[in-house]
Amino acid sequence: MKAETRSAPAGLAEVRRFVDLEIAPHANTFERAERIPREVLSRVAELGLWAPFLPSEFGGEAMDMVTLGRVHEEVGRGCSSLRSLLTVHTMISASVHRWGDQAQQEKWLQALARGEKLGAFCLTEPDRSGSDATAEGTTAVRDQDGWILNGTKKWITGGQVADLFMVFASTGGGMSTFLVEADQPGVRVVPLPHVSGTTASMLAQIEFTGVRLEPSALLGPQGWAAGTVMTNALGLGRYSVACGAVGIIQAAIEACAAYTTARSAGGVPLRDLPHVRQMMSGMVTARDAGRLLCERAGALNDAGDPATIMATWVAKYHASKSAVQAAGDAVQIHGANGFSPDYPVARLYRDSKVTEVIEGSTQVQELTIAAEAYREVAQ
Amino acid sequence: MSNDARTQIRTFITTKFPDVTFSDEEDIFALGFVNSLFAMELVMFIEKAFGTRIPNEELHLGNFRSVALMADLVARQTSAAVG
Repeated sequence: MKAETRSAPAGLAEVRRFVDLEIAPHANTFERAERIPREVLSRVAELGLWAPFLPSEFGGEAMDMVTLGRVHEEVGRGCSSLRSLLTVHTMISASVHRWGDQAQQEKWLQALARGEKLGAFCLTEPDRSGSDATAEGTTAVRDQDGWILNGTKKWITGGQVADLFMVFASTGGGMSTFLVEADQPGVRVVPLPHVSGTTASMLAQIEFTGVRLEPSALLGPQGWAAGTVMTNALGLGRYSVACGAVGIIQAAIEACAAYTTARSAGGVPLRDLPHVRQMMSGMVTARDAGRLLCERAGALNDAGDPATIMATWVAKYHASKSAVQAAGDAVQIHGANGFSPDYPVARLYRDSKVTEVIEGSTQVQELTIAAEAYREVAQ
Repeated sequence: MSNDARTQIRTFITTKFPDVTFSDEEDIFALGFVNSLFAMELVMFIEKAFGTRIPNEELHLGNFRSVALMADLVARQTSAAVG
């Protein structure tokens, strides 16, 4: 994908304008078409938003995580499907930067930063939940000095358009991570249509049949430490999803403010009804709390503090649950119109529910966060 | 450095898991409380506390099994950085 290059990523005000003018008004259309147009992906590249956290020598701007979170919130406010593409692209770009050797970094990072190559994260398998991420169904077997990859990955965000897959596979003594190009022989991309929620994120099932991988395809350490590669990537994904969920709440607030200002019931503007005010207050409070939690997680990440891991779980837990609540309230406020494609709130509701499932389901998060609570009390 | 590193690493672990007792040489993975999240926390802690970046070739289970082995890893990385 070719795009104009620029010396710095767009500032937040520019991102906001981009979302207001080029994303949010068309998000329902994207959903119906089940894809984000190429021109929009190119605009993301023009704005320098694919991987602005990378250092300048790799085409980024060393954007801090707090700011990156605000960018993902803004994009999530307009369209969760596009934010999802940013999420997985972030996971791969950051992983190549963190774990890649010099040759891998030189080969991929500039192209990823410019959006010339799009990445997709391949962990979940058809017969195994993403919460049970052992990647045992997909195998990479040593062949001469390289590997032969076989297996199937499912629910791969951006899989229909990605150029580069980050694939987790069993390598006998544990798991390993591989960089697999989409056009390699033996790679088959099967679109997954009619998905409810982030419908335009171009989900796919990716089938690997006897894919011959060079030694240079191996990313980062093998075995036990490959779990660290996975955990690190999922942590970034979780952060992006949390920020995107805050964006959904903001979108719900904006939709409801406009709707209840323009519409009356029994001669009373909807905005003056106490139960509407109650729901709006809940949304505002949830948004502010979510944003603060995301900022805390981002700041800890910027400081290299391991506390960012749990802070990100907490941020995502709050933001995703609150997004579902806010989007549900937004549908309720809109009444029958809440189910109409003429308004954004039904899409917000579908998209919000996805945030409770991906990058750590609400239930898995409860196991993790509650365990932390017991540890804290025991200290 | 090594004793100081041991103390810091031990403090980090016991702050997180105050109910667990172990010696510096004991295999903490065999005790069953280290999951993938805490493993990542350990990596991040060592990198932040000792100002180093653990290279891929040093990221293997054998270097993280015990407080003593992690302190040895820190000593290797910090001496490499100085040298």
